[in-house]
Amino acid sequence: MSMPFGYASPEQIMRDRAEYARKGIARGRSVVVMQYADGILFVAPNPSKALHKISEIYDRIGFAAVGRYNEFESLRLAGIRYADINGYTFNRNDVTGRGLANLYAQQLGMIFTESIKSLEVEIVVAEVGETPNDDQIYRLTFDGSVFDEQGMAVIGGQSDAVAGRLKERYRDGLPLPRALDAALAALTEPGGERPPSTQLEVAVLDRSREHRKFLRLTGARLERLLAEAAAAAEQEAEEAPESPESGEEGTAPAGDRTPPTAPEGDIDTGSPE
Amino acid sequence: MNHLFTNTGSSSFTEFLGAYAPNLLPTRERALAAPVGDQIPHATTIVAVTCAGGVVMAGDRRATSGNIISQRDIEKVFRTDDHSCMGIAGTASMGLEVARLFRVELEHYEKTEGRSLSTEGKAQRLATMIRGNLGMAMQGLAVVPLFAAYDENAGKGRIFSYDVGGGPYEQHDHHSIGSGSIFARGSLKKLYRPESTPRDAVLACLHALYDAADDDSATGGPDVTRKIWPVVAVITEDGFRRLPDEEVAELVQSMLEGRMTDPEGPTAPLR
Repeated sequence: MSMPFGYASPEQIMRDRAEYARKGIARGRSVVVMQYADGILFVAPNPSKALHKISEIYDRIGFAAVGRYNEFESLRLAGIRYADINGYTFNRNDVTGRGLANLYAQQLGMIFTESIKSLEVEIVVAEVGETPNDDQIYRLTFDGSVFDEQGMAVIGGQSDAVAGRLKERYRDGLPLPRALDAALAALTEPGGERPPSTQLEVAVLDRSREHRKFLRLTGARLERLLAEAAAAAEQEAEEAPESPESGEEGTAPAGDRTPPTAPEGDIDTGSPE
Repeated sequence: MNHLFTNTGSSSFTEFLGAYAPNLLPTRERALAAPVGDQIPHATTIVAVTCAGGVVMAGDRRATSGNIISQRDIEKVFRTDDHSCMGIAGTASMGLEVARLFRVELEHYEKTEGRSLSTEGKAQRLATMIRGNLGMAMQGLAVVPLFAAYDENAGKGRIFSYDVGGGPYEQHDHHSIGSGSIFARGSLKKLYRPESTPRDAVLACLHALYDAADDDSATGGPDVTRKIWPVVAVITEDGFRRLPDEEVAELVQSMLEGRMTDPEGPTAPLR
């Protein structure tokens, strides 16, 4: 006995999958990845000590993700394997962020087109170079699109609003405390309270470090850095008292206050904004 | 690359490599036509000494093929992660490969699990890798490491030795491997001071290497004319630090000055 089944056009199927993935990603909180003077900074609001959103992949390469934990965790493990096997086969310098981004793009794109459900993840692959000009930040979306970001990338639920706030404060070559201050200001809704250090996951790819550049900032070190960031924010406010965006003044348009919803629109075509 | 994503496996890089690309593992050929022992370079003496709050490892710079000195400035002490290092003796090429694999092994675990392996865990993993080479060792391609680590749980430096069949054997206070090891060990026995400063421990290692070079033709002494000094690593709570050449040169010079008047080096009190 045959079951009748309905027809859905490929466009419809793709749209539905994209919609589904976007909704899943929009539920999570945002993660900020940005350049600072000595490397690349990762900041994620994350109350869990054990389940990381930010991770080391290789000597110069870091990884940040939002979305479903089990899905991006398997991407992270695969990335580590890819990097370790290539570094062992050839040379440690032969592992690049670009290669890793390509691997992820293929896998994400394949799952998006072939599986019933696309991965509900958005990830960033960042590589720190010898100089700031050599730094690379790639943002990858659930459908396998790769965006070569300049200076900063924001992923997760309210990414547009957060990216907007971050753009206002972002400068090339910020020292670490100021960069952290900018990231926290961007991640905090206008008028909201900044998360305490226990609710934050912070890591850097520091080009001045030997061997492995990735360093997770926790405990006393993070507390110290947060205090410096607060001091940097005050100093900045003093330097530019007329500037409206300093501190938590809450001057952003009221639209930013509404709770996050799934972004509208068609599926990602891979073209940057 | 696709099954990278579906095969979750364990956190061991060596196991992953064995399943995914076994040809990249340090060779496990069943048989060679004939022993090649004397024709390929051999690395020689490594010493390790515990000190207050850590451990020091040092290695000479000579590699020999039979009676030929094949390299004067080979490096045989390697950083394996932030709190451990290993030195190699025996077939140099295989030792280098084991050191490279071991480093990736430790990092791979650390990255996937989000924590470092315990010191015992690291020592065990190295034993398994050495055992994997047993067949080659029987053909004359033996490689034997010495592993030293700062144990963060115990808060002290620890030393592990191996034989061609694996191990590990934990050693207390000090140990040495390689062709000059019997002389180095005798020297260390007399020069070792419990809870000495890292600097004194480094000096003891340099003396031990000098004594090994004095009596073993395959161990190289400090090369004053070419300015080739032993590789010295100090591991403490702050992590692995390879002493810069200038610092080693200074210590070697002070040792050599002492030996100018007293060629046999410092003497231990008899009573």
